[in-house]
Parts: sequence; structure tokens; C-alpha cells
Amino acid sequence: MTETASDNLADFLPRRRQMLAGTLAGSLAALFGAGPAQADDVVLADPKAYPTAAFAQKTEADALKAMFGRTATVSPKISLDAPDIAENGAVVPIAVKTDLPDVTAIAILALDNPFTISAAYRIPPGTAAAVSSRIKLAKTTTVLAVVEAGGQLYSASRSVKVTLGGCGG
Amino acid sequence: MANTILVRANADGETTVVQALIRHPMDSGFIKDKDGKLIPPHYIEVLEFAHNGTVVLTAFWGPAVSKDPFIKFSFKGGKKGDTLSISWVDNEGMKDSRTAAIM
Amino acid sequence: MKRLLILALAALLLRPALAAERIDPARADPAQVNPAADVAAMTAYFQKKFPHVPPADFVNGPYAMDAGMRAQWQQIMQFPPYQFALDHGKDLFATAFPNGRHYADCLPRGGIGIAAAYPRFDAKTGRVVTLEIAVNRCRVANGLAKLKLTTGDMADLMAYLTDRSRGQPIAVVVPDDPRALAAYQRGKAYFYSRRGQLNFSCASCHVQGAGQHLRGDVLAPARGLIAAFPIYRSDWGSMGTVVRRFIGCNEQVRVVPERPDSADYRDLEYFLAYMNNGLPVAGPGTRP
Ligand code: HEC
Repeated sequence: MTETASDNLADFLPRRRQMLAGTLAGSLAALFGAGPAQADDVVLADPKAYPTAAFAQKTEADALKAMFGRTATVSPKISLDAPDIAENGAVVPIAVKTDLPDVTAIAILALDNPFTISAAYRIPPGTAAAVSSRIKLAKTTTVLAVVEAGGQLYSASRSVKVTLGGCGG
Repeated sequence: MANTILVRANADGETTVVQALIRHPMDSGFIKDKDGKLIPPHYIEVLEFAHNGTVVLTAFWGPAVSKDPFIKFSFKGGKKGDTLSISWVDNEGMKDSRTAAIM
Repeated sequence: MKRLLILALAALLLRPALAAERIDPARADPAQVNPAADVAAMTAYFQKKFPHVPPADFVNGPYAMDAGMRAQWQQIMQFPPYQFALDHGKDLFATAFPNGRHYADCLPRGGIGIAAAYPRFDAKTGRVVTLEIAVNRCRVANGLAKLKLTTGDMADLMAYLTDRSRGQPIAVVVPDDPRALAAYQRGKAYFYSRRGQLNFSCASCHVQGAGQHLRGDVLAPARGLIAAFPIYRSDWGSMGTVVRRFIGCNEQVRVVPERPDSADYRDLEYFLAYMNNGLPVAGPGTRP
């Protein structure tokens, strides 16, 4: 764990959750300006929570360090579903799921994209460790699924061939 | 702004499966417009789902998430009629939120 | 990128085109106009070329040809990106014009479940009317400006109207009227004519080349070619009508496109829609 990385997902997320819980009944409307939101049942996303530095990294090592403060070991317990050949790099369906216990976060990395991390998901207790989304791939690349579980980091990877690029996602 | 969030949340008694589609350009910052000028990055940074007020998923997205992004996940619990709230905020401070009933 | 495309096109041209062209279904004597025979020949041709594709699956174009692409498409169809367009189209359709009338007042059967019969031949004007053009006529009749035929509100309206016809058998009619037969025949001629500096016809790619890879694409067969329109195309990042695709296909072989409301495109759409007869309406769709 690094103490310095304030963008560290593992570090700040628990704090963030407390904060949200604390402010739920409070003044979120003030934070976000007046809007149609009913403060009682709408949990507004807090922009301050965004791990900006992690999303700016250009290598796997730097990205994982900035996001999680550690490196990942390969795990056969992660299933990463991605096409062998992307029909269009602009829309590549990616599904990650894992049997690992105590999952707290899942991240998707594309090693040859301009920025390494595509997406990261905070998985609270009770939420299944399985997320599907669609990302852009600039060119043929290794896609990495990274799972944070029990305070450790695990990964699985696949190569996705891209013929029609997603224009630099 | 027209509604930007479409959600389908279905409960089967044990789990609730959530699928959502968000209308957003998710501009990567690497694409040029017709005049050859780079379109600045414009993307959702944080997307959050809450069930009856408890956060069930927080997504942090970069510019490499596809235009009009899609997400699917599931959580334990949730029953028909419960409230699911969804909100997002992007790197320019634009935001939207919506609540939907679990079906 | 441009050079790559040319190389890919050249490779495509030099491959099995010759053998295929000899048995090309609709290339019969141009003096004889026989739409029913054409569609039968077209159907048989592709059934023979792709014996493992179920007949109705031709509406899925590239996804009927390539298993890897099909798997991604099925993922995407879980929550198709045209859903926003569909919802918006529904709203537009339900919204009254300033004069209190609606689209439903000037389309046959209130506009619901009619997409399978378009384009239609209009005996009054002697011209082919696509569903887009019918919608614009309705607007003009109610004092509103025409919509752009390629994208935006028009594509969204098409998404809604097509969705309300989804699954119905396409049943385009070429009436026994010399003007209708001539329009059909012109559309067919457009489809088979080579044009531009690369000397390609639509058929070069969508008949002879069907099923082949062209850069990242898999070429869709002429049978079913427009059955899934309008489409949300990832490459566009938005919705488009059939005409938007025609323009793109002309441009990619360096042909100056026709005007969206031109007789050329209307007749072409008439021919292609007729070639879909018997297949289910499969739009709105998604494409790479
Ligand atoms: C150089 C080859 C080429 C030529 C010539 C060409 N197209 Fe295409 N066309 C494509 C490619 C590539 C696609 C995208 C992949 C696919 O769906 O076939 C496409 C797609 C289409 C589609 C959408 C099919 C679908 O299922 O989404 C239509 C409709 C179409 N073309 C019509 C035409 C027409 C009409 C012409 C002649 C004016 C034409 N094309 C000429 C290459 C070509």
C-alpha cells in the first residue's frame, strides 16, 4: 500500500463509501447544484472520488500502482470474456467474472491503448464479482482483467485483434 | 437535456440483474472533427448505482469506454418495486441521475 | 489507410468474382423485367453459396456470415444502442404537429406495422416512395419542413416505425404498371452497374464478394441487405437510414454519392427491398 497515492482505489474507496453514507441524508443537492434529484433516494456520484492519476498512466505497472498500490499475479480463477477479433475497436464487449472470494474491485486494462486503464469498478459486499461493459481499443492489444480480492491483486489476460481501430480510446 | 439513462433491473427473488445504457459521447480526445481539430476528451468519470440508498456499484470510467456506454452487473437482494438510483458525472461536470423501479 | 483499402479491394476483385458472375442471379436479359423471378434466383443463389445459413438469417447481414462477429453482436443486442433512438422516435411519432394532427393521420394504418411494404410505388406521381419520403410528405402536408433523410429525427422515426413491424414478412410490391417496372429495373441496373475510378458495382461486393472479409468488415449478401435498417452503426456512433449507408458505400469506392432524395436511390432501395421479400423485418439493427 502506498500512502502517497490519494487516487489509490483500494485506499480511498472505503472512505468514499463512508462519506456517501454520511452525506446521503445531508446536502448532496448543494454539492451538485439544484436539479431534479430527490436527495432522499438518489446517490449522486462524487467527482472528487475519481482516480485521475491512475487513468493517466501509460503502462500496466504504473497504472496498477496508481490505482491499487501493488502488482497483480495471474489467476486462473478470473474469466475474461473478450472477442478474438473485435468487429469494431470502438465497441468491444468485455465481461469479467471471478470465483475469488472477497472481491472489492475489478479493473479493465488495454495495454496498447494510449492510457492503460479503461474502467475500474468498486464491488461492495453483496454485489456479484462480475461486470460486463464495452470499451474502445485503438489497435490489437492485450486486454487485462484485474481483480482486487482479500487485499491482493490478481489478473487474467487475452489478446484481442483489432482491424478497425477505436480511434485512440 | 433529454434523459440519458436507460435501465433494466430485474429481480428473480435472490439477485437483481442490472443493465444500463447511458447516452454520452465518451469522446476520447484522439479524434479530429471535420476541420481537423482534435475534439477534446469528454467522458463520464463516475457512474454509481444504489439500491434503496445503498451503493451497489461504483464505476470509474476513462475515455476508453465506448460511446453510449453499457454496463451489466448484479447484486444480492432487491425485489420488485424497490428503487434503483443511477447517477453519473463527467469530466466537464455535467451530470444526470434517475431512479427506476426494479421489475 | 486509403492505400490499404485499395489493396483490399483489388484482392477482392481478383478473387472468385468470375465464376460467380456467370451464375449471377439477376443478370438476366435486361429487356425482360421479372421481379418475382429475380428474387427467386437471388434467394437460390445465396442459399447455394451459403448452405449453412438459415434462410431468414440473411437479414443479419455480416452476422450471418461470421461466428465471431455474431457473438459480439449478441452481446450488444442485450441492450442495443439504438434504444435511445427508438424511444425518441416513439415520442416524435406521438407528438402532435402545431396544427394538432399527427404522423399517424397521414400514413396508411396509422403508420403501425407498415414498414414491410415500403418502398411503395405511387401511381399518382409515378415515383417510388420510401417510408422516409412518406414521412416527409406528411410533414410538408402539415406545414412542416422536411427532415434530413439520413440521420437524426428521421432515423429515430424509422427506428420506431420499423420496430412496430419487426418480424413481419417483407412484402414489397411492384405493380403491373410499366412505370413501376421501369423504376424497379433502373434500381436493379444501378445495383449491377460498375462506376467510379475503381470500377465497382454494388454487386461486386454484395453478390460476388458476399461473405468475404474487407478490412475489418464481412460483406453482407444482397439478399437481406437492407432488412435491418435503420441501424446504429458503431463506426458512425449514431443511427442512420438506408440512404446514409448508400452514400457511404458510394464514397468508399470513390463514387460521388447521389442526392438522398434522388430517383437513383429511391429506385435502388425499391430493388433491394424487393430482394428482401419474404424475409422478416429485422430493424432497427446494430452494425459494426
Ligand atoms: C468495395 C465494396 C463495396 C461496394 C462496391 C459496396 N459496398 Fe455496401 N458495404 C460494403 C461494406 C464493407 C459494408 C459493411 C459490411 C457489410 O455489412 O456488408 C457494406 C454495407 C452495406 C449495407 C448494409 C448491410 C448491413 O447488413 O448492414 C448496404 C445496405 C450496402 N452496403 C449497400 C450498398 C450499395 C447499394 C452499394 C452500391 C451503391 C454498395 N453497397 C457498394 C462494401 C461495399
